[in-house]
Amino acid sequence: MFPFSYQSVRSEQEAIAGAVAGGRYLAGGTTLIDLMREEVERPQKLIDINRLPLRDVQLKGDTLVIGALARMSDVASHPATARAQPLIVEALLEGASPQIRNMASIGGNLLQRVRCPYFRSIDARCNKREPGSGCAAIDGINGTHAILGTSDHCVATHPSDLAVALVALGAMVRTRGPGGERSFPVEDLYRLPGDTPHLEHTLQPGELITEVEVPQGGYAKRARYVKVRDRASYEFAVVSVAAALDIDGGVIRSARVAAGGVGTKPWRMRASETVLAGQRPDRSAWQRAAARAVEGVRPLSGNGYKVELLRRTVVRALEMVGEAT
Amino acid sequence: MTSSTVRIELLVNGLPQRLELDPRTSLLDALREHLQLIGTKKGCNQGACGACTVLVDGRRINACLTLAVMHDGAKVTTIEGLAAGETLHPLQAAFIENDAFQCGYCTPGQIVSGAACIAERHAGSPDEIRAWMSGNICRCGAYPGIVAAIAAAARES
Repeated sequence: MFPFSYQSVRSEQEAIAGAVAGGRYLAGGTTLIDLMREEVERPQKLIDINRLPLRDVQLKGDTLVIGALARMSDVASHPATARAQPLIVEALLEGASPQIRNMASIGGNLLQRVRCPYFRSIDARCNKREPGSGCAAIDGINGTHAILGTSDHCVATHPSDLAVALVALGAMVRTRGPGGERSFPVEDLYRLPGDTPHLEHTLQPGELITEVEVPQGGYAKRARYVKVRDRASYEFAVVSVAAALDIDGGVIRSARVAAGGVGTKPWRMRASETVLAGQRPDRSAWQRAAARAVEGVRPLSGNGYKVELLRRTVVRALEMVGEAT
Repeated sequence: MTSSTVRIELLVNGLPQRLELDPRTSLLDALREHLQLIGTKKGCNQGACGACTVLVDGRRINACLTLAVMHDGAKVTTIEGLAAGETLHPLQAAFIENDAFQCGYCTPGQIVSGAACIAERHAGSPDEIRAWMSGNICRCGAYPGIVAAIAAAARES
């Protein structure tokens, strides 16, 4: 690990000033410290933000407001989360291990870096780690990589389960930075890799995620997160699908569908949502939605199986949500 | 550049410990190299195996994935802190009773994690134990004994 200076801050102003001066925010550390040890990350200064009072989970009206430093386990076990947004509980508990859920913050979960083995290995070519060096995954071992949102420069998937649920639910991130506060959809936090895969998010230098806000929708109570993976627990998704339906009078009023493990960012499936609206909740509707979900996929040499798996996982998730009594 | 050292205080197994550390020092290395508490094991050193599991303020975490300086003032419990003198922690006794280890390298992490699993009330059935112990890998494959030991200790708790 390369040397760095360490500063523990007590206020958001102090944190932002430190980050503007070139410091990196340190929250749970489960991604950053791991990658620093691998020398993939080499920050010269760490700003430890763990003592900032950003850990509350609460309902404001019917909006679930989650402090950015709340730990995954605390959010998952909080009664307000279970009551307002059971999809978030499910997505959180399907991720990581109990130990890591006790450590990892919500803000850090959203900003966690990719699990592509070439990104993590400093001897390999990787445009994300070293812009212009090439992408070893495109012609390499790419069975776990993305089929949506890829470019000729990067094909890594975004690893967060939580982000998939939040994108499906239309959640917002609230930030504070040198230019003040702002709020925008979680979906807009992420960039497609394009020809600049080293630029992963839309935060400005020094901008700090302070809260995540999850609005209540008619679909929130009828929602599931289905995660397909190589072992039953403590593994990243091969394919995952968050599905939520508002069904009234035997008709789907509105639908939310998003997928993980397949996109270079958490992938909202708007075309699938559109075909579901106004339909009866039955298998033919699920199949039409799934057909739309796989439009535009670009499989690589090793991950063609994900196309059919995505189609089936969309059907399965919608079936679980739409046919539950 | 070099890292300048940082002074912290930890309460480790009930004893206050003052440390002056390079900020790169993981909590795991602080325990093993600076406090000679070598019961906590370094397996993968990347958060995948759980051999380094300790309790910080009562919660189980991977000591390898966190910096010691992040825990100034915290209460840390390691495998050395579970027994009461010569009396084993009930889960330690259950591990012996249920033959829950072979080589023993993962065992300190399994026991600390298992104690937390029981305290969290996530040990209600073998399936639940397996899911909530998935952060602890046993390469000898002693899982049946580990699950049985945790289930037995949970029944008695």
